[in-house]
Amino acid sequence: MNTDNKEKIAYDEIESLLPWHAAGTLSRRDSQRVEQALASDPELARRFAMVREELGETILLNETLGAPSGRAMEKLFAKIDAEPARQQAASLNLSARVADFFASFSPRTLAYAGGAAVLVIILQAGIIASVMIKETKTAGYETASAPATDPGVGAFTIIRFAPQASSDDITKFLEANRLQVASGPMPGGLYKVRVSMTGLPKGELAAIVKKLQQDKVVGFIATAE
Amino acid sequence: MQTTSDEVLIARIAGGDRLAMQVLFARHQVRVYRFVLRLVRNEATAEDLISEVFLDVWRQAGKFEGRSAVSTWMLSIARFKALSALRRKPEQELDEETAEQIEDHADTPETALAKKDKAAVLRQALSKLSADHREIVDLVYYHEKSVEEVAEIVGIPEATVKTRMFYARKKLSEILKEQGIDRGWP
Repeated sequence: MNTDNKEKIAYDEIESLLPWHAAGTLSRRDSQRVEQALASDPELARRFAMVREELGETILLNETLGAPSGRAMEKLFAKIDAEPARQQAASLNLSARVADFFASFSPRTLAYAGGAAVLVIILQAGIIASVMIKETKTAGYETASAPATDPGVGAFTIIRFAPQASSDDITKFLEANRLQVASGPMPGGLYKVRVSMTGLPKGELAAIVKKLQQDKVVGFIATAE
Repeated sequence: MQTTSDEVLIARIAGGDRLAMQVLFARHQVRVYRFVLRLVRNEATAEDLISEVFLDVWRQAGKFEGRSAVSTWMLSIARFKALSALRRKPEQELDEETAEQIEDHADTPETALAKKDKAAVLRQALSKLSADHREIVDLVYYHEKSVEEVAEIVGIPEATVKTRMFYARKKLSEILKEQGIDRGWP
């Protein structure tokens, strides 16, 4: 396959994602790919404007369709009433029971529980970070055929984002600092985040961590070497 | 304000909670109705179908495993019901008057003027798409479903979702061109 063909396929792939990009339903990674392509390609940007027009008019068209009358609900509940009674909660799955359990708490109780949970998470984070640091220090054996693109290669930190940080805040933070989430979430809401594609001296990594710590998006951060 | 998630409502419905059913119905009935209406193009049929859709939700709530969003699951049920209804009822028996109303909803007040209005022509073109194309356009643009979710609702591979959406948009451009609007694409 020649370069032109490859480029055409890549372009078509990006173009096929435009409707989902306009609707905001792409993954962060795909969304970034589309954003980059849009920024450098005026023709693609023109086509994206068309997609946005289609999106707006489709919404408008659907909104003019009205709503069902009360008859639909009456009919539904008449049918439900005619159904045999079922045993309460007999078929609830575990996750739903847990969700239901927490939903039943008052806001004050939840606040206390949340505070306690944060403490546990911080303790966990410290333990996990120290274990990871220890592991990376002792892991010295590697075969000659080990891939150079190993996801473990580079300089890393362990981050727990602040609870109030929105996904937009986190995305902006990662982009602004050229960070990549390598893995996570781990227990305690921790993420392993790559700060450099190559290893960094301890002092340099510590300085980066210190700088990132200032950002309000960061709840907890530690080096992971 | 804390709102109960759809998943929690489904769990309560599985336990026979009628109030949870009312909340879920109130939350989703309009979107499910509009999705079905765009497929069957008959208001009375669409109303009958949504009560069937939610009755299935009531009956099957205990089997919902949470692998997809509740709204995605409900749209899958709605699609199945709508297609079954269309198979039962030949197209010529559908209420043509209602179908006309739906198609022309956007521009009936002053059709002549609307013809010059690009947005109105675009809405009219959207109504002229085939059922398959209308469905995918609505799912992506109005119901905000991802590629994976559309694949699950329609029952086709993700790659087919993308190509079908592409051809739907291409057809839209062709219809617009026939109406005198050349978008310069594809």
